[in-house]
Parts: sequence; C-alpha cells; structure tokens
Amino acid sequence: MTEIRHLTYLDAIAEALSVEMERDPNVVVLGTDVGGSFGGAFKVTKRVATQFGPRRVRNMPMTELAFIGAASGMALMGMRPVVEVQFADFISTGFDSIVQFAATTHYRWGAAVPWVIRAPSDGGIRSGPFHSQNPEAWFVHTPGLKVVAPATPADAKGMLLASIRDDNPVIYFEAKPLYRSLKGPVPDGSEAIPIGVARIAQEGDDVTIVTYGSTVHDSVQAAAELAGDGVTVEVIDLRSLKPMDTDAILESVAKTGRALVVHAANRMAGVGAEIAAFIAEEAFGHLDAPVRRLGGMDIPIPFSPPLEDTYRVSAYDIVRTVREMVAW
Amino acid sequence: MTESLDSAGKLNLAYWMRLTRTLDDALVAMWKQGRGVGGTFSGRGHEAIAVGAGYALGPDDVVAPMHRDLGCYLVRGMSPERILANQLGKEAGVTKGRDANLHGLGDLSLNIIGFVSHLPQSLPVALGAAMAFQYREEPRVALTFTGDGSSNTGLFHETLNLAAVQKAPFVLVVENNQYAYSTPLHEQMAIDDIVVRAPAHGVVGEIVDGNDVMAVYSAVAAAVARARRGDGPSLIEAKTMRMLGHAIHDGAEYVPAELLEKWQQRDPVTLWEAALVAEGALSEATLERLRGECHDEIEAAIEYAERAPLPDPATIGTGVYAT
Ligand SMILES: Cc1ncc(C[n+]2csc(CCOP(=O)(O)OP(=O)(O)O)c2C)c(N)n1
Ligand SMILES: [Mg+2]
Repeated sequence: MTEIRHLTYLDAIAEALSVEMERDPNVVVLGTDVGGSFGGAFKVTKRVATQFGPRRVRNMPMTELAFIGAASGMALMGMRPVVEVQFADFISTGFDSIVQFAATTHYRWGAAVPWVIRAPSDGGIRSGPFHSQNPEAWFVHTPGLKVVAPATPADAKGMLLASIRDDNPVIYFEAKPLYRSLKGPVPDGSEAIPIGVARIAQEGDDVTIVTYGSTVHDSVQAAAELAGDGVTVEVIDLRSLKPMDTDAILESVAKTGRALVVHAANRMAGVGAEIAAFIAEEAFGHLDAPVRRLGGMDIPIPFSPPLEDTYRVSAYDIVRTVREMVAW
Repeated sequence: MTESLDSAGKLNLAYWMRLTRTLDDALVAMWKQGRGVGGTFSGRGHEAIAVGAGYALGPDDVVAPMHRDLGCYLVRGMSPERILANQLGKEAGVTKGRDANLHGLGDLSLNIIGFVSHLPQSLPVALGAAMAFQYREEPRVALTFTGDGSSNTGLFHETLNLAAVQKAPFVLVVENNQYAYSTPLHEQMAIDDIVVRAPAHGVVGEIVDGNDVMAVYSAVAAAVARARRGDGPSLIEAKTMRMLGHAIHDGAEYVPAELLEKWQQRDPVTLWEAALVAEGALSEATLERLRGECHDEIEAAIEYAERAPLPDPATIGTGVYAT
C-alpha cells in the first residue's frame, strides 16, 4: 500500500537520497559542506548525513573540478556517486570533467559513468548574479548527458531515484525557490519516475505552454487567470530536458495550435530556442500563431529586488503573452 | 624501500620496452609514409616510465595512462592489434573508430581508464577509482600519469590536495620530458623540480631517473605498496626527454640539438638491454631473438589492422548513452 503524504520539495529530495542510499550501498554523496552536523548549504543532505555518517556523505574540499572528476572515477568502478554543487552557478568549475570526460566516455570506449550532479538552481530569492543561475542549456547542448528539472515534490523524489539508477551522467536541476515554499503529495516507497516523459500539469485546448522547473508554477497560475478570459491553457511540464518528450509537445500543439515556451533561464540560445525551432519544424501545419518564448533577459542576473523582478519571467508576463497569441 | 625483480621480471621489462619501441617506430614510419589516419603521438624516450610504472601494478589495480604511455597500455594487456586498429579508425579498434590515436584507449576488463584530450582530466578520475577502492575496502591502487606542462594546471593541485585529504590509494607519475609542446620548462614554471609540489599538499614525493626502468619500477612499486597499506598517495617525478616532436606533425625544431644528443646517450630501451647483457642476464643472441619477436609481432599486428574493416556509418549514433 502506497501512502500519500505531503512533503516539501526539499524533503522530497532528501527522502529520495535516503531511500536510495538505504537500497544501494554504492550510492555516496560528495560535496562541499554536505556532511557532518551541517548537512549542506540548504540542508538537503542533512537527513542522509545523520543517517549514514561521513563514510557515505562525504565533505569535499573546495575542489569542485577534482571531486566531480573523482565522481567519474568512482562511477567507472561501479559506484553511484551523487554530487552536490553548492549552487548550480558553481557547476562551471567542473565543466571540463562533465562535458569532456563524463559525457563522452560511453560513446568513446563503452564505459558507463553513472553519477548524478544535484544543482540547486534558479533565483527570485535575492541572491545576485552568482547564486541565481539556470545553466541547463550548456548541458542540454552536450551529447552524452541527461538533464532533468523536476517541478513538484513527487517528481523531485521520483526523478532523483531515476537519476541515481540511470547508467549515464545526469544533471539534476533542483529549483531552490521551491525548496520550502512548495509542498505536495509524495508517494512513500522507492518508485522512480522515468526520465524523458513529460507531465501534463494542466489540460487545456487553446494554447500550449511548454515549461519546466519553477515556471511550471507561474504557468499554472497564469492559466488560472486566463480561464477568467475563457481561454484554456495546457501546461506541459517537461520534467526532463535531455532526453525531451517531444511527442508530448507535438500532441498538445496539434490540439491547441498555439505554443508558448517558458523558462526561468535567460532566453538567448536557451532550451526554449530549441523547443521553438522544433515546433516550427515539426508542427508548422498545426500552428495558428507564431511560437513565442519567455525567459530571463540576456544580462547577468541582477540582485536588487526591482532589477531581479524585471529580469525574471512572471505569471503576469505569461498572461500578457498568451492574450497576444490568442488575439493574433 | 626498494622493490626488486627476479631475472624473469627483468627480462619482461626488456621485452615490453622493446615491444613498445617497435610499435612506436612503426607508428612513426606508417604516418610518415601516409598510411596513418589523422595524427599520432610518439612516446619515444618514455618507454622506461610507461613500462616500469605499468609493470609495478598488481592485476586488480587500475591505471589511467596518457598520450606518451604506449608501453603502459601494452604491459597492462592491450594488444598491439587493437591499438593499431584504433589508430587507423577501424571497427576493431578499442573505440570502434570513435576516438583518435591513443585517446580513449580504455577497457575496464583490463583495468585501463581511457583519457580525454583535456589535460590532466584523468587525474581526478583515477583518484575517484582509488576512492572507490578505499570505500569498498578493496586492496587496490589507482595510478595515473601526467606531464610537466599539465602539472601547472589548477586541477593538478586540486587532485593532489583531494588525494591527500582522502588519504587515497593513489599514485601519480609525472613524466617530466622538459617540454610542453614547444614550451620549455623554464617558461612553464619557476621551480627546478616538479616534485616540490607534492609535499605542499601532504603527498609523498620522489624524483627518479625516467630513463632507468628499474629505478622507475622500484619507486612506483614502493609507492603502490604504500598506497595499498593505507598510507596514502605519492607523486613520482620521472625525469626524461621527449625525443621526437609533440605529435607526428611536429618537427620540434625548437629543441636544441645538443639536448637531444645528450639524452640519446641514455636511451631507456638500449640502456636496459645493455645493463642486462652486462650482468649476464641476457646474451646478445637472446637479445637479437627478442628484437626479432617484437618485430614479427608488430608486423603481424599492422597487417591485421590495415586489413580490418572500417566502421559502418550506420553505427554512428550507437553508444552515446549506456542502456
Ligand atoms: C587543457 C589542455 N590545453 C591544451 C592542450 C593541448 N596540448 C596537448 S598536449 C600539450 C602539452 C602537454 O605537455 P605535458 O603535460 O608536458 O605532456 P607531454 O606532451 O610533454 O608529454 C598541450 C598544450 C590540452 N590537451 N589540454
Ligand atoms: Mg612535457
């Protein structure tokens, strides 16, 4: 019997770590400040640090490139390391090891590199240019990686389980503004949610919004507002960016004839550009209006509240854009 | 502590070094004749390091060699056929035509980790293997190599630091061949010996003559034993000279001729053969036979590799992901 409880997004991640470390002794956590009584900058690893101790939840010196590389070595030897980068922004320090070593190894010489990097991403919490980024496009552009970005507590748990069990390097973007602000039903147990399958967050007939991460919630909020206009919006939560469930996108766009892509990352050459191009190529015949995109501005992410709020996509931006699309 | 070898072991070192030199010479000749594909590297001058270090490992130990370590792949069991087929982009190559020359020559069934071009990305990967052994309490060691040039990267220092903090069963062999591509040592660093970087991180360091295979073997065997005992990582700086260009296209005109002449007097392969002859462990006749065997083995491998089929373009997309 699967009991449904309500957990925060953060507790759902912590539970997935705990469940999988219990099941599989090859799973260890590596990261700066993840262990001991501290348990991570956001406390995501506190539960497993307490439960499993320093042998399995291992504090690393500030040597991100070295310990991300070491995760590849552990993975090659049959372990399943889960690396926490303290903020997604700092993943750039490990870039070579991720995109050159881990991503190419299976193609080049057939060895699996099953690690997960957990990257607390996204902003809106007044953290400035270096603690607010959404760098998923770099990795979606890299063959050999998988990239996921869960938006709900249930997905946060189920997709972390799937990511750890996956035989490939997976970058798991967790939206840190959701950590404690979002609560939702999370199944007990250890069932994974497959990577590469989108979720329809809300059904509708007039416009499709393709999104992921925190903007799923802005999109659902916008949809509620638009329902007042008599416009029904279908919100597709991609959940996984690489591989991407393009069938789900096509099916929805074929129904609605209008597509808006929304993400928190800056718009320029973002994942939304790929999705918009894909829709234009594959679903042009279904379109009743041009594909639109919303994302962050093409600037470093500013700190001060009025600046950051201007930078970020809001539910209001989504409502306004959908109204334009419907009127087109 | 000096680790010694019996006479069979000493002869084995001679065989592996001669086989390495024969294959290296063959690669250079083939590429000069236009029979190669893309570029290739020569490890001429590095045979004692690659073979001596590789030979010092136990069967379950893991190694992550780099682009001068042809001898290490051979001594750890990768056949000349597979290496040559790989260099010619053949389906039978280790990477099935996916990666060039010595890059990507990895095979976990041989406990060999393949490298990527970005130096020295193998360092932390080998360290991670060592951390896995430590975690599982397996008496295994991971060894990797890097060059003098690569020892200037931040990652070199990050890896040594992490290895020391973790007290990992990790051995790093620095192949100081005086140059990083065209850049001589004094333009790369303001120190005379790279080994001084080891104690700065709490890693045991030692300098060896990289052209003396017994010296390399002994130092590495001692470091491997120390790692296996749980006494932590070591760095061995093996001093040598890159005897040819950086890669096959490079005539290395920037290297002073006198420097090469000096090092040529101490060619690691003939130095060891002469030492064995002098101590009576090897007769001139046996040496002649050994050279002949190596020649025949490599000739047969070349014939195999040249005849082997190229990959089918239809396979291009397979293997990007593990399934
Ligand atoms: C990060 C990085 N930068 C540049 C290169 C290009 N490159 C390949 S080998 C090499 C020199 C390496 O010198 P060293 O580490 O001393 O090794 P050696 O080739 O002398 O054995 C350079 C610059 C590279 N492979 N990786
Ligand atoms: Mg060098």
